[in-house]
Amino acid sequence: MDFLRPATWEEALAVKAEHPTAVPIAGGTDVMVEINFDHRRPEYLVDLNRISELQDWHVGEKTVQLGASVPYSRIMEELRAELPGLALASHTVASPQIRNRGGVGGNLGTASPAGDAHPALLAADCEVEVESQARGSRLIPIDAFFTGVKRNALEADELIKSVHIKKAEGPQQFSKVGTRNAMVIAVCAFGIALHPETRTVRTGIGSAAPTPIRAKAAEEFLNAALEEGGFWDNGKIITPSIAKRFAELCSGAANPIDDVRGTASYRRHAVGVMARRTLGWTWESYRGKSRGTEGVA
Amino acid sequence: MARIMARTTAQSPAGAPTDVTQGSRTKGGVGESTLRPDGTLKVTGEFAYSSDMWHEDMLWGQILRSTVAHAEIVSIDTAEALTVPGVHAVLTHEDLPAARNYGMEFQDTPVLAYGKVRHHGEPVALVAADHPETARRAAAKIKVEYRELPLITDEASATAPDAVLVHEHRADHHAAHVPHPNIVHRQPIIRGNATEAAQRADVIVKGEYTFGMQDQAFLGPESGLAVPAEDGGVDLYVATQWLHSDLQQIAPCLGLPEEKVRMTMAGVGGAFGGREDISMQILASVLALRTGKPVKMVYNRYESFFGHVHRHPAKLSYEHGATRDGKLTHMKCKIVLDGGAYMSSTPSVVGNASSLSVGPYVVDDVEIEAIGLYSNNPPCGAMRGFGAVQACFAYEAQMDKLAAELDMDPVEFRQKNAMEQGTLMPTGQRVDSPAPVAELLRRVKARPLPPEREWESSEGVDVRALPGGLSNTTHGEGVVRGIGYAVGIKNVGFSEGFDDYSTARIRMEVINGEPVATVHTAAAEVGQGGVTIHAQIARTELGVQQVTIAPADTQVGSAGSTSAGRQTYMTGGAIKNSCGIVREKVLEIGRRKFGSYHPAWASAELLLEGGKIVTDGGEVLATLAEVLENEAVEVEQEWRHRPTQPFDLVTGQGDGHVQYSFAAHRAVVEVDTELGLVKVIELACAQDVGKAVNPLSVIGQIQGGTTQGLGVAVMEEIIVDPKTAKVKNPSFTDYLLPTILDTPTIPVDYLELADPNAPYGVRGIGEAPTLSSTPAVLAAIRNATGLELNRTPVRPEHLTGT
Repeated sequence: MDFLRPATWEEALAVKAEHPTAVPIAGGTDVMVEINFDHRRPEYLVDLNRISELQDWHVGEKTVQLGASVPYSRIMEELRAELPGLALASHTVASPQIRNRGGVGGNLGTASPAGDAHPALLAADCEVEVESQARGSRLIPIDAFFTGVKRNALEADELIKSVHIKKAEGPQQFSKVGTRNAMVIAVCAFGIALHPETRTVRTGIGSAAPTPIRAKAAEEFLNAALEEGGFWDNGKIITPSIAKRFAELCSGAANPIDDVRGTASYRRHAVGVMARRTLGWTWESYRGKSRGTEGVA
Repeated sequence: MARIMARTTAQSPAGAPTDVTQGSRTKGGVGESTLRPDGTLKVTGEFAYSSDMWHEDMLWGQILRSTVAHAEIVSIDTAEALTVPGVHAVLTHEDLPAARNYGMEFQDTPVLAYGKVRHHGEPVALVAADHPETARRAAAKIKVEYRELPLITDEASATAPDAVLVHEHRADHHAAHVPHPNIVHRQPIIRGNATEAAQRADVIVKGEYTFGMQDQAFLGPESGLAVPAEDGGVDLYVATQWLHSDLQQIAPCLGLPEEKVRMTMAGVGGAFGGREDISMQILASVLALRTGKPVKMVYNRYESFFGHVHRHPAKLSYEHGATRDGKLTHMKCKIVLDGGAYMSSTPSVVGNASSLSVGPYVVDDVEIEAIGLYSNNPPCGAMRGFGAVQACFAYEAQMDKLAAELDMDPVEFRQKNAMEQGTLMPTGQRVDSPAPVAELLRRVKARPLPPEREWESSEGVDVRALPGGLSNTTHGEGVVRGIGYAVGIKNVGFSEGFDDYSTARIRMEVINGEPVATVHTAAAEVGQGGVTIHAQIARTELGVQQVTIAPADTQVGSAGSTSAGRQTYMTGGAIKNSCGIVREKVLEIGRRKFGSYHPAWASAELLLEGGKIVTDGGEVLATLAEVLENEAVEVEQEWRHRPTQPFDLVTGQGDGHVQYSFAAHRAVVEVDTELGLVKVIELACAQDVGKAVNPLSVIGQIQGGTTQGLGVAVMEEIIVDPKTAKVKNPSFTDYLLPTILDTPTIPVDYLELADPNAPYGVRGIGEAPTLSSTPAVLAAIRNATGLELNRTPVRPEHLTGT
């Protein structure tokens, strides 16, 4: 196995063009586990840690351009206002040590249905900036990014450079069920973001289908119900029947399996509970009765 | 912290207490919280564990393990593996030099599988190469052809009329008395007449309970280094719990006399029973002798899950009766422990489960049966609590059910039936030292409860205080508090007639004018703090400050295992005993040299204090430097606890145990009843420790045992697929251990009620807290949810009915 250490982004793209099977490594959260457990033995590893721009972010007017390697700990500490859903999700990633190394680029590269960032990214709405030496850069909408179990829309010669995430203009929440209170892989997860400017709600579900998904029928139902009731303007409490129906539709969007971490029926149930609760928290927050929702961490 | 102090130090011949007793003026002796000598190194990551060893020119050993649970081995083809550059040896059972089997109680475990494999992950072939990666690659090139056999996975398949036998030609000491060859051992206990006594019961409660397979999950994986010696023997450095038991099993497999296998303890990264059986010891030695080079072996985490025995999963059926006024009338139970493919310590686990199945209660009429199965599941053996854990989970659930039936407070009901000193065990053995069961329960109950809704603050919700923690699953919705109690009984030391002893070699000499004691034992320091208390005992007994703890090895007699809560009692006892002999020898020398100078040499009770010989009135007679000069006094002595008896194979009667240990817990939990997530808020423990030789270590042991019990209550389980008998979660991704966010406050209240038979009155402490912690958590979850919950660990599915 060759360990390639490009010093610049351009070099990295050249390496990837020359060796399309090369596996990029940044924090190593997923890659090192696979190597250590002998699940994967790539011919080439491309170490992206020397490329400083991957560690940077830029807060624009509408979006945050988040470098692929910005560690979760920095997202938690420094982008909480702009990316509250992703910050909450970042809290749930593994251990403090891993949060200091791992970033969103790795999560997207692995494209596991259990990646903690995915539900938050789906709910917030974003585009993944990828680049190849031959064709330059392009933006892949997050809705088109996950193509199968641990598969994504990247071409073999492309690398993930950054994620252009919409800055939060409304409350966002993220919940994850695991069978212990920290450092646990998701049994299932749920992200929600209110987008008052477009009067829409977006969702993201993790670990409950072959890929991370949005609960689109639930979103459509909720968007219509909120519109119809004038909720965005009158700021009324969402009626329990709307919340219940939303939860049921989120639950129905899940297409989980039974595995060693949990049963399919539990996952479906839990997605519904999380959907109902997180909708309540975000909506309460939107109505202005801010109830603190985050750990001090 | 309230304690009852017990004075057990030496008294003058006349029986009147004196001003000074041996060790009473020595700093850092028995009863003080001296710090661990290895503590800082371990915390800073500098301690050398067995996996850190290195030797010039060493090779790396790698095991190829079976991919199926039960199969005939049709062929093993090593040709391709041998062609890998860097490979020095590829071995199968055909290459083994001598005995092909090992085992602690009976040698039924193949060093490398021959004929067939009996469980998933059984060692089949072995590679030595100059790099661990090369060894792994080469092992993957070994081709093994299997012809799969039907699987034995539970009691029904094990004892079916046409059941395939896991071991066809049993010749072990239990083969003759078991009802089926797939039953390793059966231990009934019959006392009184349970069926008749049931007539007196106003309420009868029955329950079926399931206990999942727990792993010791020690952090330092199996590892060691075997170095071939010029005399044809081998020097073996390994992390183990019992050097001499290893030695007895290793030497025959190498075809060497025991003196040519020299073992030295390497840094142990936790044990909890999982290092009592052999892991890589024989294999590394075989490779070293074969290649003539040092061979290191280190399991990775995945392999470690296959590299040691686990806690026996169990099915337990219980029936209890009680009168309306809350007195137990009778108990009937059947306990089925799955021992997996090889014997390991299953017979002893069966003996424990059976003899402790009543719990710490007075029940005169019992009908008990415990069996251990042979199956194609992973082998199970020793783990902290050893058979008593499974029983405690079931009988404590029964106590709560009975209390509910009788509309009584669960603590009061237990106290009404609690055993005490003088109570007869179901085996007929009288409990002849303190058994403060009711008092322990009283103490945990009397504690103030932790405040409710601690997650609420002026800042908002602190999710870390809620079920789910930072996963942010609830801000208080669906959260219900529950409280539960449990108490347990564990035997200490090796039982059932086993000749249980330890050996201590003590050397006393003067170096640079300072008296120094050296303590040499073969006792394994597995984290329990032996290295701390051995020095404390030597200080107390010899009145010196400087104590050197020699590395544990086989150049001194056996210390027995660091297990069964026995090492402070046994090796502590051996050190105390040897030190006493050293003291006498030192006094003899003193009398010889200086006896004529002062009448007190002949007439007074003499003590060793502060490097001097003093009278019990405190008068200094001589310094040790003066007495010993260049002479060293050295003593090596075996020391035994009082003998025990085997249990009768039909009635289960017999004075089988040495000592009993008791702990009680109160668990306070908060359950997210909608998501089925649990946060344990507090696990208060009260335990009788006999004598706290090192109070800080005592509290650490109790908190550790409590946490291990919590783990198997809510998350820890090796999941074995019943269709394939394969392990489904051999990783720390899916075998979950409690993190610090899952570990509650654990207030500890310990009593010191001396056991008059034990050195300093000590009572084994490491295991009892592991027993009652699990049922206390389960009781609290039942209290919060109203669910029956007859299985542990509890999973979110069980709490949400999904």
